[in-house]
Amino acid sequence: MTDISYPLYLDLAAGVFLLTAVGVLWRQQLAAMIRLFALQGAALAAIVAILGIHQHDVELVLVALGLGVLRTGALPYLARRALGNSPAETRETRPVVNVAASLLAAAALTLLAYAVTRPLVALSPSPATAILPAAVAVVLIGFFILVTRRRALSQVIGFLLLDNGITATAFLAAAGVPLIVELGVSFDLLLVVLVLQVLTTRLRTAFGSSDLDELRELHD
Amino acid sequence: MNVAALIATAAQVVMVVAGAPLLVGLMRQTRARLEGRAGAGVAQPWRDLRKLLRRAPATPTGTGWAFGLAPLLLAGTSLVLAAVVPLLTTASPLDRAADLFAIVGLLALGTVTLALAALDTGTAFGGMGASREMTILALVEPTILVAVFALSARVGSTNLAQIVTTTLQDPLRVASPASLLAAAALVIVVIAETGRLPVDNPATHLELTMIHEAMILEYAGRDLALVELAASMRLTVLLGLLSSLFLPWGIAGAGLGALPLALAAFVAKVAVLAVGLSAAEVFIAKLRLFRVPELLAGSFVLAVLAVASSFFLA
Repeated sequence: MTDISYPLYLDLAAGVFLLTAVGVLWRQQLAAMIRLFALQGAALAAIVAILGIHQHDVELVLVALGLGVLRTGALPYLARRALGNSPAETRETRPVVNVAASLLAAAALTLLAYAVTRPLVALSPSPATAILPAAVAVVLIGFFILVTRRRALSQVIGFLLLDNGITATAFLAAAGVPLIVELGVSFDLLLVVLVLQVLTTRLRTAFGSSDLDELRELHD
Repeated sequence: MNVAALIATAAQVVMVVAGAPLLVGLMRQTRARLEGRAGAGVAQPWRDLRKLLRRAPATPTGTGWAFGLAPLLLAGTSLVLAAVVPLLTTASPLDRAADLFAIVGLLALGTVTLALAALDTGTAFGGMGASREMTILALVEPTILVAVFALSARVGSTNLAQIVTTTLQDPLRVASPASLLAAAALVIVVIAETGRLPVDNPATHLELTMIHEAMILEYAGRDLALVELAASMRLTVLLGLLSSLFLPWGIAGAGLGALPLALAAFVAKVAVLAVGLSAAEVFIAKLRLFRVPELLAGSFVLAVLAVASSFFLA
């Protein structure tokens, strides 16, 4: 990879990273949301790998490999298992904010991320910090999905999106975190998804759906 | 204004007028073959037009000037578009009018006159089609303008010829995120503007959800031929515009020598785009009308992201 094409690859990976987040917001089919999430994991791994190759840092490339395995393989696999087979559960039917409005909100959140990160980018302008707004935008969009969706699984995906964004921000702004911290975060994430998978299954056996609004009232 | 540029522009207009029905025929034929039918052949739209041109137009009683004017104005704006957009050459004598905002305005003018004519007939279908078309136009317009902004920000001009020339000099620009996002947004916009499948079904006359066909139901004979020809010309020009903005290779400059090559490149690019579009149409169903705003909001987001990335990656 030459130094001239390095920003180009980085920009493309960041573009895919942000676009998949918007795609998750756009699609209502949970299976499609999981596919897009896996694609986003690949984009995140690509960003980290490009950074590692550019800095001739073997550790970063290995972290990228690990991220790729976890976020395009393990987490989507677990999410798909939590999805189950019942046809009533395959769609996010009634999000709190409708799709058109949430897409417009995503546009506003991206502009907000751009405005917020401008001072950060100005501190050390480089191709890596230039795509920092995309990472922050993914954090905001992930949070938005987390608060506006009703199904347990789409909330899980919102949470994972949020974490993808935080990881990308860490690698872009601070040139990575120590390996041990990254490992800890990854295991945390895996455990969260496993716990939420159990929760989804229990919800479905108890209520017949994974709509978290059913949890509003107390029963004995 | 020199002679070579005039000849090139004239060639462009003739090519669009002659080629537009063939393009529609190609799209129908592709679709037919993929669905396992024999198809009517690529030249069938021209045969339809010839048949319609021989027949006298009929005007419903009680219609006013809007109904009579619309086919002429629609065909007129399509002809101007065919002359202005740099499809074969960037050295058009109308270069000063080749502003992206002006082109969007011309497109909207054609759409609005047709909607007015549909209202003028006073039929239920006409009014329904017109109101739907206006809804879609109102949602499409901001997307086009924002996407145009993303494309023109890096060039520093909204002049089409200048954008195309700059892209030709620096082909890597096409692969930049801003350009790719703007391309995706414009593809959705073109599909909505030309009434292709996820938004409108061009193959039906008898469906309650139709938009374009509902507006032209009352036209007959020569007027219908004009409207059909203008609609296919708009499709050709918009596909050509997409290929000029994002795949500008082969477009000739000021000289006449590169014109045959430019013609071949244009035909190839537009044919590939059209075949791809109609092949994709086989696999998708029409969206419910109430979900069309979702699609267009999505394309608006893509356009906004294109603008944002053209600034934060600059």
